[in-house]
Amino acid sequence: MSHLNTGQDAKTESITPNPMNNETLGKHRSMLAIIVTKFFQNKLAVFGLIMLVIIVGAAVLAPFIATHNPNETSLGARLHEPSAEYLLGADNLGRDLFSRLLYAGQMSLLVGFAAMVSSTIIGATVGAIAGYFGGIIDGILMRIVDIVISFPNVFMLITLVALFSPSPFWLIVVFGLLSWTGTARLVRGEMLSLKQREFVLAARTLGLPKWRIIFSHIMPNAIGPIIVSATLAIGAFIIAESTLSFLGLGIQPPQATWGNMLSDAQSIPIFLNAWWFPLFPGLMIFLTVLSFNFVGDGLRDALDPRVVEK
Amino acid sequence: MITYIIRRLVMTVPILFGISVVSFAIMMMAPGQPAIIDADPTISPEAREAQIERLGLDDPLPVQYGRWLSNMVSGEFGNSYISGTPVSTLIAQRLPNTLILMAASAFLAILLAIPIGIISAVRQYTKTDYTITLFSFAGVAIPNFWFGLLLIMFLSVQLGWFPVGGIQTIGGEASIMDRLHHLFLPALVLATADMAGLTRYTRTSMLEVKSQDYIRTARAKGFKESRVIYKHALRNALLPLITIFGLMLPTFIGGSVVIEQIFSWPGIGQLFMSSVFQRDYPVIMILTMFSAVLVVIGNLIADILYAIVDPRIEY
Repeated sequence: MSHLNTGQDAKTESITPNPMNNETLGKHRSMLAIIVTKFFQNKLAVFGLIMLVIIVGAAVLAPFIATHNPNETSLGARLHEPSAEYLLGADNLGRDLFSRLLYAGQMSLLVGFAAMVSSTIIGATVGAIAGYFGGIIDGILMRIVDIVISFPNVFMLITLVALFSPSPFWLIVVFGLLSWTGTARLVRGEMLSLKQREFVLAARTLGLPKWRIIFSHIMPNAIGPIIVSATLAIGAFIIAESTLSFLGLGIQPPQATWGNMLSDAQSIPIFLNAWWFPLFPGLMIFLTVLSFNFVGDGLRDALDPRVVEK
Repeated sequence: MITYIIRRLVMTVPILFGISVVSFAIMMMAPGQPAIIDADPTISPEAREAQIERLGLDDPLPVQYGRWLSNMVSGEFGNSYISGTPVSTLIAQRLPNTLILMAASAFLAILLAIPIGIISAVRQYTKTDYTITLFSFAGVAIPNFWFGLLLIMFLSVQLGWFPVGGIQTIGGEASIMDRLHHLFLPALVLATADMAGLTRYTRTSMLEVKSQDYIRTARAKGFKESRVIYKHALRNALLPLITIFGLMLPTFIGGSVVIEQIFSWPGIGQLFMSSVFQRDYPVIMILTMFSAVLVVIGNLIADILYAIVDPRIEY
């Protein structure tokens, strides 16, 4: 159960850094306390959170946990079955799958997370500007959103990655450039309703600069839906990265990612004799994405005042 | 209604224009001349110049764009740099296969997802509901290429129930059963994500309708529960789902790239992948535009259908 504790501690810490909040528990509980309680009542969300703590923890601690050098090939260990030495078996070049999965996790999670950050920053900025200023600016920005949203994502992604560069940095840039539209629409909507509120009027009366009103007064109030969509986006980016890498277009070996590990795992002899090789890398993608989706959905319900506590 | 459709159609023009500019810009910025020029190291400088001249690669960019766009609009898609075949021929050869795959997936998704979603909603908070919800979460999160690999590994290779790929047995007689046999796995994999999404939509939509006053009225009138659900609730619950079909198109066309690659399905997606690997620019550009047009058409159909079906929509 130690995993469960670490999971909860990490979450409580990140959501309620201020101990003051705990004092308000009781009759008049703070918003935050209600949200945290609601989140932890959701079994799937808690499961997702625990899984993520384990997966992220394992990736970060890869140098300490890995039993082998992830890129070291060994002729004798080709397609070695799972055993005490090779916990999850070995791949077609005799590399230890378990160790490789750990290091692949670093890259897959990093790309997913960084892509989320870049798309959220672009989307939130465009949405905030469009929503706050309205008028022509809004019109132009929203037409751009209409265009970008109609891009055939898979075709555009493959073209951009295949013709330019398969580096992690470029993947992150491309993901960010193609995926910010949802966040932009979301934030614009929040802006439109929030800018009518009194606290914005107050800030304006004080003569604060517009960028400050937008980013330090309005934005914090729109943070809930942004976090939800960002959490769900990480999962989508991890799938996108692994798909590209699987097709041989994304991150290139020897650097392992869960996706490019699978591109070596498709041949009849492997399907017949080495089920572990195609199974485990995909399982990692699946569990990670599933966990992000559970947490994202849990956060959405927890932040939605219409969803009451059970 | 007509004005709404016309306005909606006019709105798609700038969108398509934007997409065409971006696709063109990407191709022009892409490093390296097309493969045909660099493929042959013994090519003489004069022949190389002639080649560049013939393909019009040294004209100013706006001129190249204008030529490309007017060719596109008039249906002149140009020739593949690699094989010299007209791109329209390449597309015509492969499009039917992709359309069959997409139609089969849509059929599977709708056939399974709507009844499952209804069951889930009718039995809300039961074990059945939880199981269905879990599976639909899984369906959204599972990477389609991995799901495809697993099915090929277990069902095709180990158990021998299905062929490992292709559209029909090579050399065999092309019977309908043989085609369906080859079609089933790729269609299932392509349908998975949308099936899961559609199940969730159906469930949510059904639950919303179930709490409406007219459902309570129907119950109060003493109708049987089955009649309340299938006659009164279902019709209204299915309304918003119509839009989903239009939105399924982009995921299908995107998913087909990966699925066709895994199942060696000779469709548009496979053509696209081989063109990308060979840097066959005309084919890449046209397929990108082509898929964008499909996405835009999908959205258009969804909007128009919704306006037709739901009289509350103003237009």
